[in-house]
Amino acid sequence: MVEKMTVIKNRAGIHARPAALIVQTAGKFKSKIHLQKGDDRINAKSIMGIITLGAGFQTEIKIITDGEDEVEAAEAIDRLFQNRFEEE
Amino acid sequence: MEDKRFTVLDLLNLDLKEHDALELRCICGRKGLGRLISSPDINRPGLALSGFFESFAYQRIQLIGRGEAAYLHLLASEGKEDGVSKVFSFPIPCFLFANGEPPAPMFAEAAEAADCPILLSDLSSTELSSRLMRVLTNVFAPKTSVHGVLVEVYGIGILLVGESGVGKSETALELIERGHRLVADDVVEIRCVSGNILMGSGANKVIGHHMEIRGLGIINVTHLFGVGAIRDKKQVQLICSLEEWDSAKVYDRIGTEEKTQDILGVHVPQLDIPVKPGRNIPIIVETAAMNERLKKMGYHSAKEFNQNILRWLESENARDVYFGRDDSI
Repeated sequence: MVEKMTVIKNRAGIHARPAALIVQTAGKFKSKIHLQKGDDRINAKSIMGIITLGAGFQTEIKIITDGEDEVEAAEAIDRLFQNRFEEE
Repeated sequence: MEDKRFTVLDLLNLDLKEHDALELRCICGRKGLGRLISSPDINRPGLALSGFFESFAYQRIQLIGRGEAAYLHLLASEGKEDGVSKVFSFPIPCFLFANGEPPAPMFAEAAEAADCPILLSDLSSTELSSRLMRVLTNVFAPKTSVHGVLVEVYGIGILLVGESGVGKSETALELIERGHRLVADDVVEIRCVSGNILMGSGANKVIGHHMEIRGLGIINVTHLFGVGAIRDKKQVQLICSLEEWDSAKVYDRIGTEEKTQDILGVHVPQLDIPVKPGRNIPIIVETAAMNERLKKMGYHSAKEFNQNILRWLESENARDVYFGRDDSI
């Protein structure tokens, strides 16, 4: 299991488009991928789940991956956060 | 109704109903019924009849109203036949007489001699010309044919396209069963009317409203489901492209990106719908139709949803700042 802390760098936060991007990226990996904000943990392969987190600008998010490609998955998801979801 | 080779006889044979009916009949010059009508325009030949032939649009249908007809009667009573015979030296497709008034015998004889058909209609010249314009614009409209099924779902014309065997006809059948209508199966003929409307219909009246279902063969939809299950023509407003589920392809999950397809220069919204066992395609198509109606009414579900999320995230942010949950402030 891999855990990685990241922070939301785009102003708008995780709205529909970034959520779709996360789901799309998560779908490429076999590992179980979860995102955690505070005590809420959701499956990163569900769009509605990610949006429900209500993750705004500068929110801290923990990426939790578990499975055969857990390291790559965590990195790929983190990269999306670092790239501000290709926004701004 | 072939392109380019539209003759006077084709005009007489057009199957037009109610407000489109031209009520035409041929009264003389039958030998010339094979003449081509090459332009959708109409000409009022008043000037030509009075002897002025410059810029005479002889290649158009010549429409004679009350005024021109009276003038012809005057010419006939004065025995001036030269002007009339000169008119017939041009390759005119046909003359149309409105108001149900037959031409002066002198004019009819000249037409007969020149093999130029004369058609008579009971409509007034204004009504006749506006109907004729409408009909001819349709005939001469750019057209194309598409392999797919055109159905009307909740009032929206949906063109189902996709590889053969992906289940277009089966989807259409299920939609018909649910009370929607079939416009055309297999070959859909699409005409671009008035520049931005795509009118789809069956390519052939005889084989229209029949469907080929694998394992059943040919079925007659009108007889099986009743006349309420069919429609002659319908505007193409949405394209649903059915395709085998491809796990490598990214399908739209939100619906804020709008894909369109160009048909005869008109952009039609397109949805790519992946098909795999257990997915109920007809209900997805039905929902797509209703969503399209909502969009036309100005409510875009996906965009509205995202706007609400953005507003919510914004207010969450503001609250965090206010309550000082974030110690950095």
